[in-house]
Amino acid sequence: MIEVKNLVKHYGSVRAVDDISFTVEKGEILGFLGPNAAGKTTTMRIITGFMPASSGTVTVAGFDVFDQGIEVKKRIGYLPENPPLYADMRVVDYLRFVAAIKGVDKNTIDVEVHRVAERMSINDVLEKHISKLSKGYKQRVGFAQALLNNPPVLVLDEPTVGLDPKQIIEVRELIKSLAHEHTVILSTHILPEVSMTCSRVVIINDGKVVAMDTPDNLTARLKGSESILLEVEGAIQDVQNELEKTPNVLSVAIQPLAIPETAQYVVESTVGFDIRKELAARIVKNGWGLLEMKTSGLSLEEIFLRLTTKEEEVN
Amino acid sequence: MGNVYTIFKRDVRSYFSSPIAYVVIGLFLAVTGIFFYLMLTSFLQYSYAAMMQRQNVPLNVNLMMIRPFLLNTCVIVLFMIPMITMRSFSEDKKSGTMELLLTSPLTNWQIILGKFFATYFLYVVMILVTFLFMIFLFIWGKPQLMPVLIGYLGLLLMGAALVALGNFISSLTENQIVAAVGTFAGTMFLWVIGFAADFAGKIFGPFFGYISIVQHFEDFSKGVFDTSHLVFYVSLTFLMLFCTYQSVESSKWRG
Ligand SMILES: Nc1ncnc2c1ncn2[C@@H]1O[C@H](COP(=O)(O)OP(=O)(O)O)[C@@H](O)[C@H]1O
Ligand SMILES: [Mg+2]
Repeated sequence: MIEVKNLVKHYGSVRAVDDISFTVEKGEILGFLGPNAAGKTTTMRIITGFMPASSGTVTVAGFDVFDQGIEVKKRIGYLPENPPLYADMRVVDYLRFVAAIKGVDKNTIDVEVHRVAERMSINDVLEKHISKLSKGYKQRVGFAQALLNNPPVLVLDEPTVGLDPKQIIEVRELIKSLAHEHTVILSTHILPEVSMTCSRVVIINDGKVVAMDTPDNLTARLKGSESILLEVEGAIQDVQNELEKTPNVLSVAIQPLAIPETAQYVVESTVGFDIRKELAARIVKNGWGLLEMKTSGLSLEEIFLRLTTKEEEVN
Repeated sequence: MGNVYTIFKRDVRSYFSSPIAYVVIGLFLAVTGIFFYLMLTSFLQYSYAAMMQRQNVPLNVNLMMIRPFLLNTCVIVLFMIPMITMRSFSEDKKSGTMELLLTSPLTNWQIILGKFFATYFLYVVMILVTFLFMIFLFIWGKPQLMPVLIGYLGLLLMGAALVALGNFISSLTENQIVAAVGTFAGTMFLWVIGFAADFAGKIFGPFFGYISIVQHFEDFSKGVFDTSHLVFYVSLTFLMLFCTYQSVESSKWRG
């Protein structure tokens, strides 16, 4: 339903989105997880056609956002980070206006407005001015606006930010109930939120995708192991044997290189033990050449640490 | 077209459901009203003096009353435009509703024209309200109608260009005050450049005179319709709308 390919966005010299690719299948709820300033909002603004990318492509339902923007916009309901509300309007007038610009037929506008009002439980505030509403109601009106004209795709940018615990639970239930009829992309910086609502998660940090998986698998990876990438010059079999003998090593995978006697090794180790010093010592002792060593799994953990892993608001 | 009207209607309602429209119209009516009153009293003194000298020819109301009034109104308009257009785009940029408009299935031109016509509507209402003064003159005197209509046509054409300028500047910033000050600077520039024309020498003088928005109005105020002025105002309107389009496009790049 949504295909994002090699998306890049610069703001001046800042590379806010750096070569992001992912796809979202029909009926899926995709969680877009990342700490603040990771590039979530920027990516969503490109998908919704608010701003063009520096390079890369986005297609929604087969239409290209850049070339066929109007076709894409017809199919997306978008709830930006701050609900885009006209404070001086009554809720019902606002929803009628949005329905009109979204192309809802004149004769069915009132029916459509009442359908989304029902869905968002805002029937009792329809006659009120938006400026008089509480934060929670404003968010719901913003949400209702996104549902107008029943778009097949919903893009929700941090839909639970600033809500109280009861409202957060309501919004999450709502999002889950929407998945049957809509394809949803939802961004958040709260780790438990994705496991509660999403079927798949894309984790981004500094504009890059660092992991893409189901919430369950990601949690397992986080708790499971850490991996270290090595490039060593030395008889491959001997190196492998030596690495496997090192304490706390769970497995060793080999990727031979074009240069003879040289290979890359991915060493999985028990989480919580830093075995890099030990590995280096053993390689040097055997007289092999240590060409490169870097942790590959650690960055994911660092990202997780920067995410909000606890829900302070919800007990 | 339907979308242009939808945007237009929303903005017009927003202007007339807030004090802004009434403040603008009320202030304009008050200031033009004061000038009208002053001109009328001095005009009446002249006619009284003329009568005492037993001149048979009545004084020309068009020449002595309506023309200076229109010229005066034209300058007052320059001060009113910033108030009319400052909200147009800035408010939407500030509140985030620009994000709603730009992610709805609308073209940029639909958004720009809807917003332009809404501010222009407010301007037209403001101008037409001063027609009350003219009605007063028609009841008490015998002015010619045609020059008055041409004068008002001039005000409407000049207003279109200035309102488009104000919309352009409003599209550059999310701060209404900055938009108002910027537009004020713009309208003042287009006025003052006319004075500069007298000192600017042979090359720049005519050019400065040409871009002076008020100089193009002088013929209209005399009741003379000259298509070259029409062309100037209409071209300036289109130029400003085109600049607004560029600004809306490029503000997407800046985010
Ligand atoms: N309009 C903008 N102009 C310049 N830099 C921006 C703009 N919007 C976002 N950025 C920068 O781009 C990066 C990503 O921001 P954003 O997409 O808002 O992240 P997130 O939504 O994940 O918090 C940040 O470093 C932010 O400062
Ligand atoms: Mg954000």
